[in-house]
Amino acid sequence: MNWLELTSLLPLLLVASISVILLLLIAFVRDHKLTCWVTCVGFAMAAYLAFADMGNTAQQVTPLLIVDDFSRLLVGVVLLVSLACGWMSYAYLETADEIREEYYILLSLAALGACVLIASNHFASMFIGLELMSVSLFAMVGYMAHSKQQANMTLEAGVKYMVLSGVSSSFLLFGVALIYAYAGNLSIDLEVAAGGPHLQSGYLVVGSALLLVGVAFKMSWIPFHMWTPDVYQGAPAPVTGFLAGAVKVAVFAFAMRWLMMAQGDYLSLLLLGLTVMALLSMVMGNLLALRQNNLKRLLGYSSIAHMGYIIVTLAATATHGASALSTALEGAAIYLITYASMTMLAFAVISQLAAQDRGFETGTLAKYTGLLFQQPLLASALILAMLALAGMPLTAGFIGKYYLVLVAVDSQLWLLLSMLVLGSALGLYYYLRVILVLCKTPIDDHPIDNQIMVFGMGDKLLLLLLMLMTLWLGLYPTPVIEWVQLAIA
Amino acid sequence: MQLLGIIISLLGGGVLALIVGRRSATASRWLSLASLAAASIFYASLWHVSTDALATSIWLQHLDWLWIERFGIHLLFATDGLSLILIGLTLLLGYVALLSAWHEIKQRCGLFYLNFLFTLAGVVGVFSALDLFLFFVFWEVMLVPMFLIIAIWGHEGRHYAATKFFIYTQASSLLMLAAMVGLVLLHQQQTGNLSFSWFTLTQTDTSGTIGMWLMLGFYIAFLVKLPGLPVHNWLPDAHTQAPTPGSILLAGILLKTGAYGLLRFVWPLFPDAALSFAPIAMGLGVLSVLYAAKLAFAQNDLKRLIAYTSISHMGFVSLGIFAWNHLSLQGTVMQMVGHGLSSAGLFAIAGLLQQRLHTRDLNQMGGLWSQMPKLSALSMVFAVAALGLPGLANFIGEFMVLLGVFQVQPWAASLAAIGMIMAPIYALMIMQKGFFGAATTATMQVADLNPRELLMLGILVVGLVLLGLWPNVLFTITTAPVDYLLHLGKGG
Repeated sequence: MNWLELTSLLPLLLVASISVILLLLIAFVRDHKLTCWVTCVGFAMAAYLAFADMGNTAQQVTPLLIVDDFSRLLVGVVLLVSLACGWMSYAYLETADEIREEYYILLSLAALGACVLIASNHFASMFIGLELMSVSLFAMVGYMAHSKQQANMTLEAGVKYMVLSGVSSSFLLFGVALIYAYAGNLSIDLEVAAGGPHLQSGYLVVGSALLLVGVAFKMSWIPFHMWTPDVYQGAPAPVTGFLAGAVKVAVFAFAMRWLMMAQGDYLSLLLLGLTVMALLSMVMGNLLALRQNNLKRLLGYSSIAHMGYIIVTLAATATHGASALSTALEGAAIYLITYASMTMLAFAVISQLAAQDRGFETGTLAKYTGLLFQQPLLASALILAMLALAGMPLTAGFIGKYYLVLVAVDSQLWLLLSMLVLGSALGLYYYLRVILVLCKTPIDDHPIDNQIMVFGMGDKLLLLLLMLMTLWLGLYPTPVIEWVQLAIA
Repeated sequence: MQLLGIIISLLGGGVLALIVGRRSATASRWLSLASLAAASIFYASLWHVSTDALATSIWLQHLDWLWIERFGIHLLFATDGLSLILIGLTLLLGYVALLSAWHEIKQRCGLFYLNFLFTLAGVVGVFSALDLFLFFVFWEVMLVPMFLIIAIWGHEGRHYAATKFFIYTQASSLLMLAAMVGLVLLHQQQTGNLSFSWFTLTQTDTSGTIGMWLMLGFYIAFLVKLPGLPVHNWLPDAHTQAPTPGSILLAGILLKTGAYGLLRFVWPLFPDAALSFAPIAMGLGVLSVLYAAKLAFAQNDLKRLIAYTSISHMGFVSLGIFAWNHLSLQGTVMQMVGHGLSSAGLFAIAGLLQQRLHTRDLNQMGGLWSQMPKLSALSMVFAVAALGLPGLANFIGEFMVLLGVFQVQPWAASLAAIGMIMAPIYALMIMQKGFFGAATTATMQVADLNPRELLMLGILVVGLVLLGLWPNVLFTITTAPVDYLLHLGKGG
């Protein structure tokens, strides 16, 4: 490994060192604020390094990791999501009856796993990244195990996530084994692997299908979505934010990279599988969200639907030639960025409210009645997030949706496009429901606890930053588009 | 720059109203009035510029900045006579709605005026944006504040109505978005350049099946907003549940954006597809006219009744646009303005009655004339305007539309003319049930119009009479743009 390879790996190394530094730090000083600061500053620096490195040539670091602009961009995004996640965790953990500092170690490990996953172009590094992320997340999902209010839910969610994630990993491993049997190599680029022993391509087909199942579990594409609503509801709000933001971005980045490499006759099979899952996720995800009464659960189904929409770009990658490919990649990257910003905004609001009163995350939507008139800033942030998720113009969500429509029309994916329109139309209902609840005048049978909620400057700053981000992406996306174009060129 | 001035003073006024509204409701009202006045000053100066410009060119103002370079999206604003008229209508009805909100909206005034002014700004944007992407942004953005107006300040079924309104419009506009992207990519295929500008896209060759599909995407979105059968279902609920100023804006202005879209985009962009689709569209127009008039007759809820009459009148607009000749288009514009004024008047009356009687049920009213002679007399004016009495704007509009349609599809004109018989039935029923006959207990002891209310209704009556007696005021301004649109849409 030469110096250049090492420097291009710097963001990942920095994130890895955060966890070590935190371990040592906690051994000597137990200070929640300091731990949180170290984590956040670390993430910010690593994200900066990743972004600053953009424009340099792609580096294959060992056969395992590729650091090209695509991975630099998404690593940066994932690190920013982790930063937001660490930031909102502070207030949340402050009010928890739980040991606080170790949480940040898990967070940095999960972020590291996500980064490795994004940069991997080898099945071994993919699996390491995925498991590093998942195993840290088991613990994070079940972190509130000693809290009186949350213990049941959080433990249930943690165990569920662990068992189902384990099952999906075994599918994935078996798929990788079969592909290895076919190719004799673990590189995801089968061109490289083409010198292998060439067993019948049946191995490749079944292996790819199983691999797709494993990915679909993580992306919670229907019919592999069962765990999503329960885990989203049970996990602490900042962790749910990480699940919805960082995990999805990372796994999707890997799926994109893998499908771009995929060629030949088994591609049509993958495409069929993807299309079916896309249709189901778009329609069923939205339908199931309609009557949900818990905001986090609702957002769980909403994320299923959104991950269904983004399959459009995958399908476009798989079907068409070079010009369509670059549009599809650009669309995918933009969609991931916009989705991350609006999802984090929504979860930042939930987690700040939950920090004051856990009822906001465990209870029903009725808890939010009239919030617009009591907490204007938080409620307008949530309204903005809902409008963005619904895809209203002038918010980030619209730019993302616009790209998907563009990609679908460009690649003539009419079936997916029509379901995208139908799904978005269905989705409006539940996003509006949340907004309606927020601006409903409180009536007698839903008394609001008039406990005084005080939010720190840091919380407000985070909200403002995320709101600005969501609006900026919608109002003037040109810089981000240019930047993404640079990354995929 | 005046165009931008209008939009910015409305947006700025909205934000200021919200801030001031926390301290004092009265201040936020006056501030909204001031921001409307500022917008009107910009509008007046636009008008001042245009008297010279009108003689020489169609476009009075043309502002162009780059927005999203990647897709050739510009911040492109322009007005012709058509936009000028409709923006004028928007501001005028803005005053009327503001006057009606003055005492009706008591809670959360700041937030209300924010939404109110943002809706107006959105509508002005819709009428002046000529970049398709920008148009779409305004098209959607005017939805959110209107949704909030219905959802927060509406009547008993407000949440249902607001959601329905939003979903109908948004779902259909997603089709428009897809069609828009399709059109842009088609244009790129043909010429190699990527642009959302209306001026460029009207050069696209959109004949063939693909043109028909794209046209339908736009048509459905505009038909929902218009609204026409069979996608009119959101309107009766939204109009009934909205607070009075909301109803005035909805009926007076927001419906016109659908008609404007058909005029500005559907025909000029897809002349061939629109021509072959015209018989169906006109058939739907005739159906709207007749079916909605019949339904209006069956309503007891005053606001619901007026809402159905709106659908009926917008059927004429749909007919006129798809007849696509000079006469019918001029008539359509007149019908849009006339309906804007008369339906705003009727909704304002309904609001005044509800405030006084706490009911919208026509069966509980009766004999109001003896109690409130001024209000009743003005109601009579708006009712006869709606039924198309000669001498008022609506008559000119409907008459010209029918004349124009007759040249193209005599059957459609003949059938739609039945609507002109049905209109008096429902319009006079309002008068008969509500204002004549014996006074019921519910209507004892109510106050007549105060000066503010008189002013509010007076503005509308003056407009109706002026345009009814002297329609050339409007026609001289719209002749050139209508001819230009006809030229683009290859019509006669």
